[in-house]
Amino acid sequence: MKNRNLILNILGISALFGVLRLFEAYGSEYQVRILDNMGVFITLAVSYNLVVGVCGQLHLGPNAFITIGAYTSALLTMSPAEKQMSFIITPLVWPLNVLHAPFALSLVAGGVMAALFAFLISFPVFRVRGDYLAIVTLGFGEVVRVLANALQSVTNGPLGLKGLPPRTNLWWSWGIAVLTTLLVVKLINSSYGRAMKAIREDETAAKAMGIDPFRHLVLAFMVSAFFSGVSGGLLAHLITTISPTLFTFFLTFNLLMIIVVGGLGSTTGAIVGAVLFTWGSEALRVVESDMNFGLFTIPGIPGMRMVLFSLILLLVIIFARHGVMGRGEITWNRIASGWGALAGRKSA
Amino acid sequence: MQFGGLCAVNDFSIELKPGELVGLIGPNGAGKTTVFNMITGSLKPTSGRVLWLEEDVAGLPPHYVAARGIARTFQNIRLFGDMTVLENVMVSFHFRLRSSFWEAMTGLPGYGREERRIRKDALEFLEEMGLLHLANEKASSLAYGQQRRLEIARALATRPKLLLLDEPAAGMNPPETRELAELVRELRTKYDLTILLIEHDMKFVMGLCGRIQVLDYGITIATGSPAEIQCNPDVIRAYLGGEGDGQCLR
Amino acid sequence: MTATIFLQQIINGASLGSLYALVAIGYTMVYGILRLINFAHGDLLMFAAYAAIYGSTLFSLPWFISFPLAVVATAAMGILLDRAAYRPLRDAPRISLLISAIGASFLLENLALVVIGGVPKGFPRPSVFDQVISVGELRIQIMTIVTPVMTIVLLMGLLYIVHRTKIGKAMRAASKDFETTRLMGINLDWVIAVTFLLGSALAAAGGVMWAMKYPQVNPFMGVIPGLKAFIAAVLGGIGSIVGAVVGGFLLGLGEILIVAFVPELALYRDAIAFLILILVLLFRPTGIMGEPMIDKS
Repeated sequence: MKNRNLILNILGISALFGVLRLFEAYGSEYQVRILDNMGVFITLAVSYNLVVGVCGQLHLGPNAFITIGAYTSALLTMSPAEKQMSFIITPLVWPLNVLHAPFALSLVAGGVMAALFAFLISFPVFRVRGDYLAIVTLGFGEVVRVLANALQSVTNGPLGLKGLPPRTNLWWSWGIAVLTTLLVVKLINSSYGRAMKAIREDETAAKAMGIDPFRHLVLAFMVSAFFSGVSGGLLAHLITTISPTLFTFFLTFNLLMIIVVGGLGSTTGAIVGAVLFTWGSEALRVVESDMNFGLFTIPGIPGMRMVLFSLILLLVIIFARHGVMGRGEITWNRIASGWGALAGRKSA
Repeated sequence: MQFGGLCAVNDFSIELKPGELVGLIGPNGAGKTTVFNMITGSLKPTSGRVLWLEEDVAGLPPHYVAARGIARTFQNIRLFGDMTVLENVMVSFHFRLRSSFWEAMTGLPGYGREERRIRKDALEFLEEMGLLHLANEKASSLAYGQQRRLEIARALATRPKLLLLDEPAAGMNPPETRELAELVRELRTKYDLTILLIEHDMKFVMGLCGRIQVLDYGITIATGSPAEIQCNPDVIRAYLGGEGDGQCLR
Repeated sequence: MTATIFLQQIINGASLGSLYALVAIGYTMVYGILRLINFAHGDLLMFAAYAAIYGSTLFSLPWFISFPLAVVATAAMGILLDRAAYRPLRDAPRISLLISAIGASFLLENLALVVIGGVPKGFPRPSVFDQVISVGELRIQIMTIVTPVMTIVLLMGLLYIVHRTKIGKAMRAASKDFETTRLMGINLDWVIAVTFLLGSALAAAGGVMWAMKYPQVNPFMGVIPGLKAFIAAVLGGIGSIVGAVVGGFLLGLGEILIVAFVPELALYRDAIAFLILILVLLFRPTGIMGEPMIDKS
């Protein structure tokens, strides 16, 4: 059984990369860009779901981790000369102005910085629960945005960082998505993951069974922050320009929508949600551009997509709280036993 | 212990000898669950001590107290509803886990062995409580009596020295209650437990406990063997008011 | 800094603080009963401001009619919000309710963006409020005085309703013990609707005055005041109406005075409030006027 799943995993991942290879060779630039985005959003959703879905803590500050990862990684891949040219108002502080690192290392550094930040803020954050935790994490997201604006000698302020090398490609974005998913799934299915779920289900009972909630929540928070930070680095080198207004609460809202639609607590749900979201937001561009029907033209309405997304979130949370997957997962065992994806809904 | 201006438990003292099975009874609102919460660290006593194995555990966090060998069940059943029956029991092994977080996340063989052992032991606890056939069901889907038994299994899996049972027989019918009494007796011998239990079912308490302490308005009003308690006038008055004079509880 | 400038800043702070206070009351009332941060509460400010603009321009109503009408419309909006986004989730897990609130907030903002557009609109401030009173060297705009005075008057009215009327008694009961109140045969949906009505009406008053103070009305204008008002409510002790007002005034004064004394911190102004929130939660989670929380396990 175990060997079979391992083989199927390897086959599945090989097939995935085979398809990506085909897109790289024959797909249009537009298709490749959507796929790049999709990979990054899978990583983001899977790691965000670890805190919100698995631990049950509504944390509203993943954009802070993404910002930190993006800036850290960008400041490392830019050459000292480029940095000197960009920071025209206030020069960049030492040692950031001389550091230069390869892309891979810059991603790890972005993740580590984000995880470190997560560790620091976890003390006030996990003193509280529920709505308070939501608003405190939202607050830290805002604080990071304010700092990105104000600390000109580190972030270049409102000007942001421009002309980053476009290093993120299909291999990076999907490679990290696969790696993140494998590690996070392993974690969720381990004893540590069970402890996290127990905290979500009933914290008082979990404590009475010897589980230290603070320790486990911080662990989940830091793991989530690490991968969000790495994704931030990927995003920075995908968009090639970053500024404080890029990663706002809007991004958090989108991630929340992804994991709610996918089913809070389900990792495969998070992946399904991320795929639907990246594909859907491209498909829905139609509503924001003019539609020409030959005889007449319906003018596009900018902002319509966000209206639809907010409506989707509201409708799902009110009428289909468990999302697409509930807390079920698509596993090889399930597919094998012929239940298919429907079983996820049945058992939820 | 005070809530605001209200004194829930006052001048309470209880001493448990190893292997004893003690009942804590009293009318509703007497402060019995508050006593449990103070022993397990859910509540910090306003003043006083909770001595356990020569250590004052008063006010220490509940997970610490649990790891020192005190386990409990809850009056209003608190299972991990969305997890399976087996997972509910496996959670109790977590605080003893040797593998680090890294080993678990990367799935190193050392962790794999530990996980398999936990699963095996957890299944044994389930078998003991007659829940083995439900191992893969969701805890919230269990019948009431089964949920109560799962709570005991989960508490036992922390391998406690002292087990606190908060109304274990509540909502059970007479045959189930008799079965439970038998089970509690067996578990005590098998696991060498000291047990303190809160219960309203007098027959259950009188038949099971070697010693009983009666609490009313947060004050101990009587303590002794079941026979002594049954006819103690103070106890009768606490339960029945003035009309109970000369009767015995049964 | 001269005494005059200091006094001027105090008055400015009180003026800003009174706006936070008006909005904070709505948060604290809803939180008291539903234990929910009504994320969309701040957006009611924006709704009220637009309603006032359209009342004055589209229907050319005089301000003393269009402003109260905006308050009424916003109160109705608040009740609709509860009916559509929160009532279906009364028995759902708390996290669902909060997510619904976030969704509702985004929906309101983006609907406004789609329907009205993102270009900030000017606010037709009645010229009465532009007049300046001079007291010695102090020069104060009427507007700056009106807000705190209005806040105190509205607070008195609210306290009367909460403490002297039957519905107020039901509201207090519901915030003490939701389940028992339900068992006592009190129609909780009605109580909650009235709570939303009162809270939203106060937010609307705050929104109209906010727009008079900062006459740039856009779909996202309610976000930051909303967050800060919530922080004010926590600072004062969530669940306490007087606490919310005290918290609002303190936060407004604090922000203005910190920036006045240390101008370098102006860039960080929006972060100060969150810092205060974190400190309060760390050291006194019940706020200034809040009652201690007891975890019923």
